[in-house]
Amino acid sequence: MFALSPVELEALGLSLKVGLWAVVGSLPLGLFVAWVLARCRFPGHGVLNAVVHLPLVLPPVVVGYVLLLVLGRNGVLGAPLHEWLGWSFAFTWEGAAVASAVVAFPLLVRSIRLSLELVDRRLETAARTLGAGRLDVFWNVTVPLVLPGIVTGAVLAFARSIGEFGATITFVSNIPGVTQTLPLALYTAVQTPGGDAIALRLVVISCVLAFGALAASEILSRHVRRRIMGSGA
Amino acid sequence: MIEIDVVRHRKKFSIEVSISVEQTGITTLFGSSGSGKSTLIELIAGLLRPDTGRIVVDGRVLFDHERGIDLPPEKRRLGLVFQDARLFPHLSVRANLVFGMRRLRPQDRRLAFDDVVDLLGIGRLLARRPFQLSGGERQRVAIGRALLTSPDLLLMDEPLASLDQPRKNEILPFIRRLPDELAMPVIYVSHALEEVIRLSDRVVVLADGRVRASGPVEDILSRPDLAPLTGRFWAGAVLDAQVAPGDPGYGLTELHFPGGTLLVPRLDHPAGTRVRVRVRSRDISIALQPPVQSSVLNAIPASVVSVTEDDVAQADVVLDAGGSRLLARITHRSVAHLNLVPGARVFALIKAASVDRPSIQATGLSDLPPPETDHA
Repeated sequence: MFALSPVELEALGLSLKVGLWAVVGSLPLGLFVAWVLARCRFPGHGVLNAVVHLPLVLPPVVVGYVLLLVLGRNGVLGAPLHEWLGWSFAFTWEGAAVASAVVAFPLLVRSIRLSLELVDRRLETAARTLGAGRLDVFWNVTVPLVLPGIVTGAVLAFARSIGEFGATITFVSNIPGVTQTLPLALYTAVQTPGGDAIALRLVVISCVLAFGALAASEILSRHVRRRIMGSGA
Repeated sequence: MIEIDVVRHRKKFSIEVSISVEQTGITTLFGSSGSGKSTLIELIAGLLRPDTGRIVVDGRVLFDHERGIDLPPEKRRLGLVFQDARLFPHLSVRANLVFGMRRLRPQDRRLAFDDVVDLLGIGRLLARRPFQLSGGERQRVAIGRALLTSPDLLLMDEPLASLDQPRKNEILPFIRRLPDELAMPVIYVSHALEEVIRLSDRVVVLADGRVRASGPVEDILSRPDLAPLTGRFWAGAVLDAQVAPGDPGYGLTELHFPGGTLLVPRLDHPAGTRVRVRVRSRDISIALQPPVQSSVLNAIPASVVSVTEDDVAQADVVLDAGGSRLLARITHRSVAHLNLVPGARVFALIKAASVDRPSIQATGLSDLPPPETDHA
């Protein structure tokens, strides 16, 4: 009954792809930055913390514009990249993923960091006395213990990516089939005379997706926590 | 040998310890909280770094300030059991147990998984998760986990302090068996005198980050000058004795020790069992003649070694009974009336009823044949 049109399917698929890659790609860096912020004290700690949180308070359009200046075809990093590889983030779905990742990064880091700060460090000490080196302890004790935080952060970041609009349209424009994710398709529909019906359908799809992500997050983190604590609380 | 020579000064607390103990049996680090015993364990394990000094276990240098050696905790080959078991909540009991073992080369695995699991009686817990265990079970798993790293030395930092008495009684025998059955030397930290008596072969008494005394349990606990540290109410002597054959009747058991015999309430141990008997100094009185028509069952001939009148009305009298030390706490008045001076021949009177069961611990079967009995 609610069959998706090819255009809708394309936008939905693109949204999922962009969101997924945004999260997967930024997860290692997010884990590292969260660990540095939670565990290391150094001059510049506050500055790093502020930089990480910047996308949360800046208008997304600003983020998109900065990305354009840095990674655009004529950007500081984008120009050499284009010269060497003949490829650029501009006007590609990869660019959309980068924009989403940057905007969602603070959510990912915050969630993992909070979780890291709750880890009982005496367990890490115990692991050391059992013959595990620092890196070994990190992967086999710390990471499993912050898994609930990682899951929550990843889902939040995914949801934020799915909803990303301003940075994406500024950085990689609004090209159907390439960079036109759900919110961008919705924007186009609203701008088009007689596009109300299409817009409404896209709103419903967006809502279903958001609910799905939140439900998945709840189920996942409950499962992880039950494994550790033996309760769904 | 275990040689520990460490100095660490911090504003709040400084520790300066130099001891050398044999790498067999159980050595207890005894002291009140703040005496530095846990700090010492952390220094040995590599969780804290000494300012200067040297730590050598079995000829292996773990720390040497002058030579710039400081092995990280994971390279020290020491097992550490904490007060809180610190089991990994995300792993099953089995995965917890093999956590350290898996990180060991197979040829270095001196202790077999099944042996350790059997010894600790945790076989039926393997599939469980830590949150499903009782406090005592958790602590036994923690001991097993440390043992399975086949350490050169097992450090135990008040492993029973957070458990109630029944749980303590459940675990103490397992710990006592480690040195003999697994050839695992243990350094055991405790502030509970009872654990010291039940477990240790030798004691190192710590106070304010310094060693106050060290030596065999019997010697240390019989020293009146250490009573403020070992606890005045509990001050007393520890006798190594052996269950005598035969039944003296009336629900009693006879014990033999080098200074004579001692009647105590019935023990369930077979004849020949070596036991450690704690006799509190306040439970010993002194007489110049063996009492007649008295309820006191034990009158042990002894000679006065020293008299210390350091209290308002009371004195500590150290007695020697055939080589065994006894400690009696009596009044100044009695010291004067009985004319107790070093060398005086006296009888130490001990009520059998005052030697309660918790004061007597079996320490194993004697390798010597049971002694002859006088009344056959």
